[in-house]
Amino acid sequence: MVGSRLPRIEAAGLDGWLVRLFEGIDERNLLWLTALSRRCEAALGGVLVDLVPSYTTLLVVFDPMLSSPAEVRRRLADLLQELTPDEADGGGKVCELPTWYDTRVGPDLLRVAEHADMSIEQVIECHAGTTYRVFALGFAPGFAFMGLLDARLKVPRLETPRQRVPKNSVAIAGRQTAAYPAVTPGGWNLLGRTTARLFDRHREGFSLLQVGDRVRFVPVDEETFESRGGDVTPMREDA
Amino acid sequence: MGNEYTVIGLRVIRSGPLALLQDAGRFGVRRLGVTQGGPADVHAWAWSNHLAGNPWGTAALEITFGGLSLAVSRDLTLAVAGADLGATLDGEPLPLWQRVRVREGQRLSFASPRCGLRAYLAVAGGFAAEPVLGSCACVVREGIGGHDGCGRPLDEGDELGVSPKTPDGRAPQMPSEARPDYGEAGRLALLPGAQIADFHGASLYAAFNSEWHVDDRADRMGVRLRGPALRCRIGTMISEGLGLGAVQVPPDGQPIALLNDRQTIGGYPRLGALTPLAAARLAQCMPGQTVRLVAHSHERAWSDYRRFRRQFS
Repeated sequence: MVGSRLPRIEAAGLDGWLVRLFEGIDERNLLWLTALSRRCEAALGGVLVDLVPSYTTLLVVFDPMLSSPAEVRRRLADLLQELTPDEADGGGKVCELPTWYDTRVGPDLLRVAEHADMSIEQVIECHAGTTYRVFALGFAPGFAFMGLLDARLKVPRLETPRQRVPKNSVAIAGRQTAAYPAVTPGGWNLLGRTTARLFDRHREGFSLLQVGDRVRFVPVDEETFESRGGDVTPMREDA
Repeated sequence: MGNEYTVIGLRVIRSGPLALLQDAGRFGVRRLGVTQGGPADVHAWAWSNHLAGNPWGTAALEITFGGLSLAVSRDLTLAVAGADLGATLDGEPLPLWQRVRVREGQRLSFASPRCGLRAYLAVAGGFAAEPVLGSCACVVREGIGGHDGCGRPLDEGDELGVSPKTPDGRAPQMPSEARPDYGEAGRLALLPGAQIADFHGASLYAAFNSEWHVDDRADRMGVRLRGPALRCRIGTMISEGLGLGAVQVPPDGQPIALLNDRQTIGGYPRLGALTPLAAARLAQCMPGQTVRLVAHSHERAWSDYRRFRRQFS
């Protein structure tokens, strides 16, 4: 497999094929990944069980009682022959995440500022000044990996992850940013908290953010944050 | 559940370490980061339902390690399959892998593992639970599914709704050769994966010619195997979708076979993926037990899986 050309269809168990389209992370990958997802849905119909897009790949999960692995592979190979990317602006909605940036709910703001040799205000301006794309969902339901973060804010993950990151925490790690849809352990650097409902089992589509979406973090003050239902409970440092 | 009525069938007297309601799993939502869930041992789960007269996909109780005690609230037909957890009915040994009739007022208890780790209890007509995201598979980490919809394991005092029915016809029999011996060293079929060529030759040899010890770090997300350290030219990768049974190898060289509650994407190189039946077999292994990895072709794995599934259609 090493060195063979892209795109490649790789074995991923009895009920899946992994289509590898790219080697590196790039926003332009999304145009191909969303196009491939749609083509798979159309071509495989009821045989398709799940699609898991990520930065450079698409995992295609099928029902092995309805089709042989070889047949699905053949159909994927055909489909890749004719694949064209989406139009430059096609696919993906624009989402705004109202965010209260504050050291009480973003305990890593100061450290990030020191690391970047910026003021806290500049960190906020920089984080909120970029429109991000959703590259993948994973880790937890509705947890969206977004990028690319301004290189000046590139900070490694915490050496020891926190046991309980509060729900709706807005965080950065490497060249990525995310918001935690639920309380989970987590090793990313926390900058603030959003009021957005990131995952809702009663909502159509369940997850607010989907792969390909464009996301902006919009700074709000404490009063606005609280009036929109934001949880102002300060982050406990022993968490 | 599609049945006309639901009644309380069982009440939890003692919950034990972990008892979860599981249907076939949650499908179509992995792109949202929602895990698959479903029975860790699909083989025993399917047999419990089949013996109870239920179609494929009906929710059954997955009982890990035993410790569970249930009061029977009304007459029911049920079947217990999978691990021998010392199950008793009013103190008498309960036969496994067959249909059983229980009466209101009886008590069904599970002690501790004698052979295997997970037993499945299916009730004729099925357990009643509201599906969440299309399934009642219970995933504790995500707070989704199960008898209460919120991913909670069974707890003392919980009452389990059932849609009781008397199965038609004669009870199916389990062919004796289909009944696994969880005590013997498992031979786990593995479909080689994309990064297999990136492992060092000696490590590839070791992977398929060593005994692997099941580590005590094992749960519904994954099972860690201890043995020779496997070396791969790739350290970590950009995260990508993970299938059931994927065998990932982190930098310490000790493989982790990913089961039903695995995260949807991950970034370690993979030897390949266990077949669904091999993943099921691994889920019955106690810490310290040994297993071997055996490379299979897609064709063989597919035909084995179809033969397995056809027993239930």
